[in-house]
Amino acid sequence: MIEKPVLIRDDGLRHDGRKPEDLRPIKMQVGILKNADGSAYVEYGKTKVVAAVYGPREVHPRHLALPDRALIRCRYHMAPFSTSDRKSPAPSRREIELSKVIREALEAVIFSELYPRTSIDIFIEVLQADGGTRTTGLTAASLALADAGIPMRDLIAGVAVGKVDGVLVLDIDEVEDEYGEADMPIGYAASIDEIMLLQLNGVLTPEEFRRAIELAKEGARRIYDQMKKTLHDKYLRIIEK
Amino acid sequence: MSSNLKILVADRQIVRPGDILAIMEQKIMKPMYNPEKHVYIYEDKIVSAVLGLASITDNDVSVIPLEGRYFPKVGDTVIGLVVGVGITNWILDIRAPYKAVLNAGEVIENFSPITTNLRDYIDVGDYIVAKIAVFDRTRDLLLTVKGKGLGKITEGIVIEIEPSRVPRVIGKKGSMLNLLTSKTGCNILVAQNGVVWIRCKDEKSSEIAVKAIRLIESRAHMRGLTEQVRMFLDKELA
Repeated sequence: MIEKPVLIRDDGLRHDGRKPEDLRPIKMQVGILKNADGSAYVEYGKTKVVAAVYGPREVHPRHLALPDRALIRCRYHMAPFSTSDRKSPAPSRREIELSKVIREALEAVIFSELYPRTSIDIFIEVLQADGGTRTTGLTAASLALADAGIPMRDLIAGVAVGKVDGVLVLDIDEVEDEYGEADMPIGYAASIDEIMLLQLNGVLTPEEFRRAIELAKEGARRIYDQMKKTLHDKYLRIIEK
Repeated sequence: MSSNLKILVADRQIVRPGDILAIMEQKIMKPMYNPEKHVYIYEDKIVSAVLGLASITDNDVSVIPLEGRYFPKVGDTVIGLVVGVGITNWILDIRAPYKAVLNAGEVIENFSPITTNLRDYIDVGDYIVAKIAVFDRTRDLLLTVKGKGLGKITEGIVIEIEPSRVPRVIGKKGSMLNLLTSKTGCNILVAQNGVVWIRCKDEKSSEIAVKAIRLIESRAHMRGLTEQVRMFLDKELA
């Protein structure tokens, strides 16, 4: 077994030089795909994700259509080249689960009852994975939905909090996830102050959990502001041109 | 909506889902969506549900969406592409999430499926100007071609634009459309589903009309667009 790396250095900084409450550098872009109704590209450090949204459109196969609301379908998928060992392109147990939790988070904000008998299809493709792919994917999917003009209660920003070497840290990466004690991804709709996704892998005391939620909300708010700015800037760019 | 609103955004400001547009006096607990205004009410807040431009009129606030597909409404004039011919009806694609049906009785008097072949009247690939007659979301929508200016398109050109740009191409009280038709001398019909039918005397003016519409489409959220289009048309037509 490979020896555990130093996660919290003597100066209190993390292995990549971040403070515990720092996010990785985040990049966002919307409207990157021509053929999709809405699309987004999001980077959390070395994690890179593309999301595309189609719809509302006719449901195929027809029997899946719901009479009272839109069918929301979500596919989270990791590209075979996204990890250091080639990942089989077939959907794994993990990908099916993540597709489900991301879909459920988004279902809670989309006004799906406006479009009965239609489908809204969300595709999340992880191009490069370095921890936090589900949260990056959720952020990207939320931006792509907004870009597709689908009515939503709010945008959702995804961010993970972890516990490494006994310290609560924001936006953990692959190494911290692997050798840390806990990983808690959340999806947060900042404007309406609601948590849309919450998972926890590992052990936190009730007190740590409360602090972790606060830390995650704080980080998600920063990401949320950047999401809003990204959507705004898309149109600002056209004005300036 | 309530009479006392505290509006937090400026007119024509870019707003995104979740942006709070105004605060009301009374509270409503269940989120209520207002489809015409593209906003929803939650507690005492009026919140935008889509990416769009805020529009403030008489102490009321709504959002004009910048993105999104066409969603049908009864009474809308649409241009559909025939994609299927049945025994008693045609199936049209009107760029909505639902199929549109045009019954043969609408087109042919004393229609009988035994004696007539529908392909002799309208075939796959034809464009039809129609009105939405019935639509209740539970079944595919019904079209009608009974009315002035409705029916099969036999001349001119048809182009597709983003459905969210339709209000801009028409303009306030049709100002933009009037400008386009008077300057180019073309006959232009802008259907609600984002299909535009252009009939011109010559090819040059139809080319200019298409260019002008593309210009409006790409700059839909800008102020003073009518002036820009006027300048563009004057330059091109000179």
